[in-house]
Amino acid sequence: MLEKNPVIFIILAFVVIMIGTTITMIAPFKWINSDSDKIAEVKPYTPLQQEGRDLYMREGCNNCHSQTVRTLAADVERYGYGGTYSKSGEFIYDRPHLWGSRRTGPDLARIGLKYPDPRGAWHRKHMENPRSVVPASNMPAYAFLNKPLDTTYSERKMKLLKFPYTPADLDDLNGKTEMDALIAYMRKLGTDIPVKKSEVPVSAATARSNPFTDLKAVEEEAESLYKQHCASCHGGEREGTLGPALKGSARSESDLFKIISQGVEANGMPAFGTLLDEQKVWKLITYIKLDTK
Amino acid sequence: MKAPTRYVDDSVKGFITWSIIWGTIAVVVGILISLQLAWPQLNVAPYLTYGRLRPIHTNAGIFGWGIGSFIAMFFYITQRLTKTPLWSPKLARVTLWIFNVAIASAAVTLAMGINRTKEYAELEWPLAIIVAIIWVLFSINVFMTILKRKEEQMYISLWYIMAALVGVTVLYVVNNLGMPLHLFKSYSAFAGTNDANVQWWYGHNAVAMVLTLPPLAIFYYFLPKITNNPIYSHRMGIIAFWSLIFMYLWTGAHHLLWTPVPDWIQTVAMAFSIMLIAPSWGAVMNGYLTMNGQWEKMKSNYLVKFMIVGITFYGLQTLQGPMQAVRSFSAFIHYTDWVPGHVHMGTMGWVSMVLFGATYYVSTTLSGTEVYSVKLANAHFWLVLVGQLIYSITMWIAGVQQGSMLLATNSDGTLHYSFMETMIAIFPYYKIRAVSGFIYFAGLVLFIYNIYKTFQKGADAPAVKA
Repeated sequence: MLEKNPVIFIILAFVVIMIGTTITMIAPFKWINSDSDKIAEVKPYTPLQQEGRDLYMREGCNNCHSQTVRTLAADVERYGYGGTYSKSGEFIYDRPHLWGSRRTGPDLARIGLKYPDPRGAWHRKHMENPRSVVPASNMPAYAFLNKPLDTTYSERKMKLLKFPYTPADLDDLNGKTEMDALIAYMRKLGTDIPVKKSEVPVSAATARSNPFTDLKAVEEEAESLYKQHCASCHGGEREGTLGPALKGSARSESDLFKIISQGVEANGMPAFGTLLDEQKVWKLITYIKLDTK
Repeated sequence: MKAPTRYVDDSVKGFITWSIIWGTIAVVVGILISLQLAWPQLNVAPYLTYGRLRPIHTNAGIFGWGIGSFIAMFFYITQRLTKTPLWSPKLARVTLWIFNVAIASAAVTLAMGINRTKEYAELEWPLAIIVAIIWVLFSINVFMTILKRKEEQMYISLWYIMAALVGVTVLYVVNNLGMPLHLFKSYSAFAGTNDANVQWWYGHNAVAMVLTLPPLAIFYYFLPKITNNPIYSHRMGIIAFWSLIFMYLWTGAHHLLWTPVPDWIQTVAMAFSIMLIAPSWGAVMNGYLTMNGQWEKMKSNYLVKFMIVGITFYGLQTLQGPMQAVRSFSAFIHYTDWVPGHVHMGTMGWVSMVLFGATYYVSTTLSGTEVYSVKLANAHFWLVLVGQLIYSITMWIAGVQQGSMLLATNSDGTLHYSFMETMIAIFPYYKIRAVSGFIYFAGLVLFIYNIYKTFQKGADAPAVKA
């Protein structure tokens, strides 16, 4: 009969298609984004952050950057920036989701934890010319985002998305550029949920002195740590770019230990205490002070 | 003697022509973005940056080349299998016009940065509505032709066609639901993890409903036509058909392994992905067994080459796909270049090979003549095959290399390589990939020239037709 009745055939095909659809796509609406998924600390986007998110979409950043830290140890280590893997409740304000499918660039789910600098100096320099901070980067330059932000729809967006906002939030849009908005969005990513602090107690560590007095013994590892974590702001030769020059630094080793572990938020210096263990911080200090030894 | 049915094929020709044009644009943009990944200076801000061009590449490929040529082939096949002229030739012509306006507008709006960011559903809501209208107009035309058919039996190709008509409609409409802000901007109707789950239910089943059912319908129709032998088993085709459309819809979450999507959805997706090997290989074996006793045609008939190598890539694709859907393997290669390597084996190896073969066949029938040059067709075959293999194989190597570097940890649990070190390691492969694009493009040029000359040859010799 099916070979001869196209109407019955189409109905039957529809029913067959809807079985898997109902179970794996429609039914989960009951659980996903429900109260058990919600995380109290996760806040909706401000008007400026949402404008930044829309620019992220306009430029198709999602084609190269994912936004989910998988539950894999290496993912958490690489993209967690001291935080944990991505939780469903962190995304309830995301319309659409921007998880992506390819990492031609690094995951950005917790990028806000990596660069806490309120001025966003690193992001600005990087977006204007990626190769000025990451020499081998293949990211396009986005200097053209240095133009006034169009805020015509900002308030309407908040209403449509049902996000709370204050007149001060809207005032905050005044005089902002597209670059500012995108950086505001970058800085918010992944920062809502509390980070489990596991950093070295600084006072205890600085009470012990640097065990690596011989640079030769640790140079290779220390240099690679420096390149990975410090060079993009302090320069490949420690000459200073976004951050101050480190060459010939007069700071004491225990001061340096404190700065590296805890960061200096006001200056945009990230805290590395959750990323680097005590031994590594000491090795870095040995490397930084190599010409004062 | 009964008068032969007069088929209406002007829209078939129109859709073939335009799908080839859009397909060529997809390949050209593909080459450009492959070059940009190796030489970022080639990004021309703001319109020609990688982020804006990549959706143009995928949309021109899937909607312009893929769907455009499927519409052509479905108009052609449906008339012949039902022994009935197309229900409304006028509607078909209108559909072609709207189709071209829609694809052109898609390219322009995507370059302007107007997009929804959901993969393969990037077009903003007014265009998405137009795409849905095109599909519905086309579906009505095909379905009405089937309803009014003179041949009572419905051959397996018609099953695949009808399922695709229903499936694509459901998927496209649901994943495009949104809240419009203004004419050029909308927000998804779904949020966060829900949106991701809906997206990949769509994304993976677009592969089923757009890039599997239609080429299978085409394969099942043209292989027997080309070889003058019936398909090996109609029953096997039917069993494979029902299991295929049943199983596919469960598998979307294999794109979301290890993410916040509930674990059980991921596990179910993984299991069904493995099960899909059976119906997929049902179709592959049906093709192979049809060739029994006539394998020498692989040498003597250029069309058989396109069809059989095409179905072979389908077989490889449907082994590799389930492998990638397994959690442990996904942890390794997901987010790396392995995946574009996989996708391009499906699109360039399987779908396009079958479409090339079908287009040659239809062009000769419609022009009432032999193909202009078998030699050129063979050269086309080898160039696209080599181009695609270089593309896929280099990307698999790059994916494995980057995947293992990204996961490598030191004994204390810290990472062995920085992200940039993994990128620097794969840049050489990006350059090889760009070269493969040029090889593929050379094959495409021969194809276009050959098809053009074939139609010209047919038009020059109208007397032969009678």
